Amino acid sequence: MSTELERAVTETVTEEELEALIGDRALARDDHKNAPGFVVRPDDVQDVLLDLREEAGFDHLSCVTAQQYEDRYESIYHLKKYADPTQEVSVVVPTSVDDPVSQTAEPVFRSADWAEREAFDLVGIDYEGHPDPRRILLPETWQGHPLSLDYDQEKPQIVTLTEHANPIQPDHRDEESDTMFLNIGPHHPATHGVLHVKTVLDGETVADVDPDIGYLHRSEEQMCQQGTYRHQIMPYPDRWDYVSAGILNEWAYARTAEDLADLEVPEYAQVIRTMSAELSRIASHMLALGTFALDVYGDFTAIFQYTFRDREIVQDILEDLTGQRLMFNYFRLGGVAWDLPEPREEFFAKVRDFLDDLPAKVAEYNDLVTSNEIFQIRCVDTGILEPEVAKQYGCTGPVARGSGIDYDLRRDDPYGYYPNLEWNVVTEDGCDNYSRVLVRMQEVEESAKIIEQCIDLLEEWPEDERNIQSNVPRTLKPDADTETYRAVEAAKGELGIYIRSDGTDKPGRFKIRSPSFHNLSALEEMTKGEYIPDLVASLGSLDIVLGEVDR
Amino acid sequence: MSNEPRQQIYDSTAPSTDTRESRMGEGVDDRFNSKLREAFGASPFILTKFDNFMNWVRGSSMFMLQFGIACCSIEMIHSYAIKHDLDRFGAGVPRASPRQADVMIVPGTIVSKFGPRMKRVYDQMPEPKFVVGMGSCTISGGPFQQGYNVVKGAEEIIPVDIHVPGCPPRPEALIYGVAKLQERIANGESSPVVVKPYELEEFGDLPRDELVQKLADQIDEDDLVMRYNWADSP
Repeated sequence: MSTELERAVTETVTEEELEALIGDRALARDDHKNAPGFVVRPDDVQDVLLDLREEAGFDHLSCVTAQQYEDRYESIYHLKKYADPTQEVSVVVPTSVDDPVSQTAEPVFRSADWAEREAFDLVGIDYEGHPDPRRILLPETWQGHPLSLDYDQEKPQIVTLTEHANPIQPDHRDEESDTMFLNIGPHHPATHGVLHVKTVLDGETVADVDPDIGYLHRSEEQMCQQGTYRHQIMPYPDRWDYVSAGILNEWAYARTAEDLADLEVPEYAQVIRTMSAELSRIASHMLALGTFALDVYGDFTAIFQYTFRDREIVQDILEDLTGQRLMFNYFRLGGVAWDLPEPREEFFAKVRDFLDDLPAKVAEYNDLVTSNEIFQIRCVDTGILEPEVAKQYGCTGPVARGSGIDYDLRRDDPYGYYPNLEWNVVTEDGCDNYSRVLVRMQEVEESAKIIEQCIDLLEEWPEDERNIQSNVPRTLKPDADTETYRAVEAAKGELGIYIRSDGTDKPGRFKIRSPSFHNLSALEEMTKGEYIPDLVASLGSLDIVLGEVDR
Repeated sequence: MSNEPRQQIYDSTAPSTDTRESRMGEGVDDRFNSKLREAFGASPFILTKFDNFMNWVRGSSMFMLQFGIACCSIEMIHSYAIKHDLDRFGAGVPRASPRQADVMIVPGTIVSKFGPRMKRVYDQMPEPKFVVGMGSCTISGGPFQQGYNVVKGAEEIIPVDIHVPGCPPRPEALIYGVAKLQERIANGESSPVVVKPYELEEFGDLPRDELVQKLADQIDEDDLVMRYNWADSP
């Protein structure tokens, strides 16, 4: 059986085989631009998803999109394979407007837990059999579902400020145990923003963890649905993962919209995109390292300040390139906003100086952080996340690679200029907090390799072939009912976007698949039964950013 | 053997004595006395209003609340960190507890769920307290103003002394804003509150409208709630 499954995981599944596998359960086809789509009945969801996972090897529920049409609600399950993310399939589940009830996918994929809660919260589809059908982003007392069609946002709302009740209190009322309920956040130095972790402690051991999110839910999807494709959406991705990883996020939108409207990107622009994206990744990982050191041993003086020193250099370079320190707004559909700054030699020299200094700095970080005994005691073998569990929760990025999952969209689902460059995907098998830090530090070195090759290419590029944008119509109106889901490897993992066009110059539905959201959902698995300081370390090693968790 | 120290010890202590003498001069230690002190004469005193003195002291030593909300907090951290170093202006020590802080920098978008919490954190700060609103979101909701969940500016919830525009403002802009706040404090100026803020109220005290009726079985009478009137927001 296991060999058969392995065969299914690695081998390409053709559309005919998928049709045969789903058989009569498929009511119709609803193909998306990225993947074949099968329409199934609301009570067949678990059945079909289980078959796709067990028989065809689709072990990654990448995203759950919910949306409302005039005549129906629809949940879309975007499935992929960790071994080969270019193989995709969408399961489309329509439900009626009067009674939007659909079977939950939670028993098959744990990542559906939070994803379906979000779908219920924002769109209003009920998932039958869901273990925890609460709102997730909006307050529990909220009226209405903001992304449904009949929502009136002028109506007043009431939000409570109450002490949160102990989620497992009834089970722990016996005389043996003596648990304590602890609110961590939403205003707390260790939560990296406005995250609220409801924690139940038994002595010093964590008995239960329930992350409460939504304190930074800025209606990003609504904002993107109100903007035009060509210009008005691009500034928003910068603000999802705001840890100066803006360019990586812009690429997610650029890739999806370019796929939707069949736009070409000139090769020269691809090189610039690749270079700037990797600079962003370095800046983001530097912050992850600095704040992790701050969490683990309160080092506000040395390591934290060193990482910020290096971030300043990267931000200077990016400011020269894009004109902004943090919110770059540099990509355009079909290319980038402008060419490298003049004089080009000065820019190249600046980047090369940074790259030349980087190995010494990485060595310094290794001396200071990873070979530090206290650090190792705090991090090695704490916050264990087994690869199978990580896959169930849809973890991606450094969190997945720290658990030995060899999954990187830059290589596995190639885009940009990555396929033409020499670099490696970093994985570590430790599955603990330490491995996740190691992965990030090595990725900084790999990013430096990529930037160096891009600089070499850009220096040699003939002057009359420096084409930074292809021809894109001033008003972009993709054909009605074109749907696509595309993802890129952002700093925190797989950042995907689903867009459905409705024939106008604005998207009909814009759904963001955020890596931090899914990584954070695995926190409970990592920390239950561990000590409370390890909870803080695990949270730090996940490197979440709340702008992206809540969107 | 005499009681005198050996020769090499004599020698070795000489340089430090030299340094000390050149720094402090001969005679009685007067290192705390500046040139200004000399100009005032033998036993100077200053006549000033106590309030002026207190304002000057307050402005010159400010403890910030370590308060990260959204994108602007990254630039706020950069203002604290090396290169920009807000500490140079006597305002650089972030305190994790609101009970120890007297300036709150609000760095980011405030959404409905966070509003009551921010109000509570603000209420926990001891008087006198000051607020710097950082970024467009704290002025009007910024790029997210039309969002269904976004409070249209920090001033809807707490009084704000200084607004720093930008999305996000550069660290230099934030430092300028803090310097301006220090100036205002030193001059004893206060900012007028022009917006009627959302208040934390007991649920039972709210007027019995349709929404309150609907939520009556979900919320206790004495729970604190915040009621958002989105239609009245600017």
